[in-house]
Amino acid sequence: MNYEASVGSIILFIMIVILVLLISYHFGRKTKTSSSYYAAGGNIHWSVNGIAFAGDYLSAASFLGICGMIATAGYDGFLYSIGYLAGWIVALFLVAEPMKKLGKFTFTDALDAKFNSKGIKLASAISTLLVSMFYLIPQMVGAGSLITPLLGLPHWVGVVMVGSIVTIIVATAGMASTTYVQFFKGAMLLIFSIALVFLIFSRGISTNPDQGGEVPYHLFKTLKCNTVAENAVTISDSTYKIIGEVKGTGKVAMRFVKMQVGADISYWKLSEKDSTLTETLYMVNKKDGTVLFNGAPRGEKKFFQVGSMSKIDGKTDTKTGNLDVFTFIEKIKDGTVIRWTKNVTKDGEDKLSIFYQVPTPGKEILRPGNKFKVDSEKGATFTDKIDFISLMIALFFGTAALPHILIRYYTVPNPASARKSTIVAIGAIGLFYILTLYMGLGAMVNGVIDLSNDNMSAPLLAKSFGTLIFSIISALAFATILGTVSGLTVAAAGAVAHDLMDKYFDMKLTDKKKVFYGKMASIGVGAGAIFFGIIFKEMNVSYLVGWAFAIAASANLPAILMILFWKGTTSKGVMSSILVGLFSSLILIFLNQETYNNVYGLVGVVAPVQINNPAIFSVPLSFLTLFVVSLFTKNTRVGDDKKELSTASANE
Amino acid sequence: MHGSSTEWKEDNSSPLKELFGKWFFALYLLAYAGFILINVVSPKLMATDMGSINVAIFYGFMLIILAMILAFAYNHFCTRAEEIMEDDNEISEEGV
Repeated sequence: MNYEASVGSIILFIMIVILVLLISYHFGRKTKTSSSYYAAGGNIHWSVNGIAFAGDYLSAASFLGICGMIATAGYDGFLYSIGYLAGWIVALFLVAEPMKKLGKFTFTDALDAKFNSKGIKLASAISTLLVSMFYLIPQMVGAGSLITPLLGLPHWVGVVMVGSIVTIIVATAGMASTTYVQFFKGAMLLIFSIALVFLIFSRGISTNPDQGGEVPYHLFKTLKCNTVAENAVTISDSTYKIIGEVKGTGKVAMRFVKMQVGADISYWKLSEKDSTLTETLYMVNKKDGTVLFNGAPRGEKKFFQVGSMSKIDGKTDTKTGNLDVFTFIEKIKDGTVIRWTKNVTKDGEDKLSIFYQVPTPGKEILRPGNKFKVDSEKGATFTDKIDFISLMIALFFGTAALPHILIRYYTVPNPASARKSTIVAIGAIGLFYILTLYMGLGAMVNGVIDLSNDNMSAPLLAKSFGTLIFSIISALAFATILGTVSGLTVAAAGAVAHDLMDKYFDMKLTDKKKVFYGKMASIGVGAGAIFFGIIFKEMNVSYLVGWAFAIAASANLPAILMILFWKGTTSKGVMSSILVGLFSSLILIFLNQETYNNVYGLVGVVAPVQINNPAIFSVPLSFLTLFVVSLFTKNTRVGDDKKELSTASANE
Repeated sequence: MHGSSTEWKEDNSSPLKELFGKWFFALYLLAYAGFILINVVSPKLMATDMGSINVAIFYGFMLIILAMILAFAYNHFCTRAEEIMEDDNEISEEGV
């Protein structure tokens, strides 16, 4: 897959950047006080705040990551949509109004409202910073992924560009400009996602998806073997010369035969049962940093886009007419989809990623199990099932504990507005997540997936409908990242300037200084985000966000809920709970198998922790810590008076 | 679109709203836990046909739509509670 910039994309991109900078300039002139910088003066209307919530929350992970995961793994990607939306229930029913009543600028304010404890301030600020950084990294990775097809620039340029623009947004007007950038982006993302889904329905599905006649679908060959023995495979087709064999990694033994035609090298998946070789796609990461796509640089376009159905209604060469919300699902369910799976192995010194076809019945695509193993009959172990439950717990309990979401409760005038804006958010976000299923499945069957970067599935799907819609969707995806990164930067800057400098170190900052240090902190956070965005280039963004949710659910949520609903909570209990939740989840993440494979690049090494999502252990551990420590430190309990809660910050 | 104030009155309806919140949360938690349980205990059930779609799609959509319905219902009850409590306050203030 090669990426070329279009004039339309560049114009739209420039327009969005100009609009964002104008918003920042407009609000920057008005932002003089710490209240206006950190909380937009607390006077944003609930309906605007609700859509801004959606703009804040519907991040690169939601738009790029989920669509990419659905496109490659089917229903399992949609599990993220379900979990992300369900998390808002915790926010609405348990957290929204009390958080508004307790806090002022940051999430730490709310946790510390009743205790005035240095320990809580420090622990909570560290937690906010770490969660925000874990959430920031995938957004920046998404920015880099997007800038290449949009403007034809390298990944790192996208990361630097987003980091710089966001730093300008936040350093000029803080939460006010961030709110309106998020509002604009949230509204536009919804409108154009609906448009894209209608285009998918109107095109229908074909067994030969040619992107509206623009790009012929590459037909992957299958060759019959003469003999199949250990390290000795022969074929009759003399065009190909067998030059070696590579063993795949993983529980199931897999063999890939290396063949040559002229100067071209290719790897073919061997089926010993059928005595066949099937053409694959592959990427080679050489020791000197060179990456080859099907044996050539990306620009030579040898790495084909994929994603198709081999059978629709029992026919192998057919096309449907217009479809709707039900018939689109039905055609996939009753057909056969060519899914693509990756095996990472080594060929000599080179890291070799082989992508091979897995014809999968539509029924299997539309149920969980292609990525997350849950079915014992298909080899799912007890550990696999615990991993699945753990992920769903993290998604459910993580949303209401994300600092950049919680600070949006301080931008509205009162608790009722906090509640109403959450409801608007649930409506907007729920609708968008339903659309992700159609966008993801649309990419899966329309021959648009770039297997080297599945995060690009939704924009590439848009590209198959023409440059205009691609330009709009890509520019919006870019705005999506700007909106979310801005929110995260405000949250992280607040943790540094407000929680640590002003409150923890007691620097007794004037209001003007609070704003100044907030701006300086946002510049620092922006620089950090750029650095990490470049380092973590190759990770699926939704996967990384899963970590952020797990850490937030483990470190923050137990403290929030226990402060609100258990009078026995003490300051030491809260502090211990945050730290135990934070570090237990981090340790479990750093020692798990997926981190070993995807972050450390340790192919074939067994990690000490086989559960990839820590929430099922770290969340109960954090609750338990709070409970036990509070029992032993009873003298610093939360006040009994409920009225105190009702008016805690009203008169600040 | 800006409101006028960042201050608010003492909220006598808080305990009632908190109760609503807990019940609505418990209801949704049951539905969500049921989804996880089916996936882990009887994953085949998820592939069962339901007309054009299957149980997995139906349950997933249902969880999203249920969240929206409960959110609107919760807001309705909370708004009503706030109105009633406000009326009660005014009556008791007039009576003093």
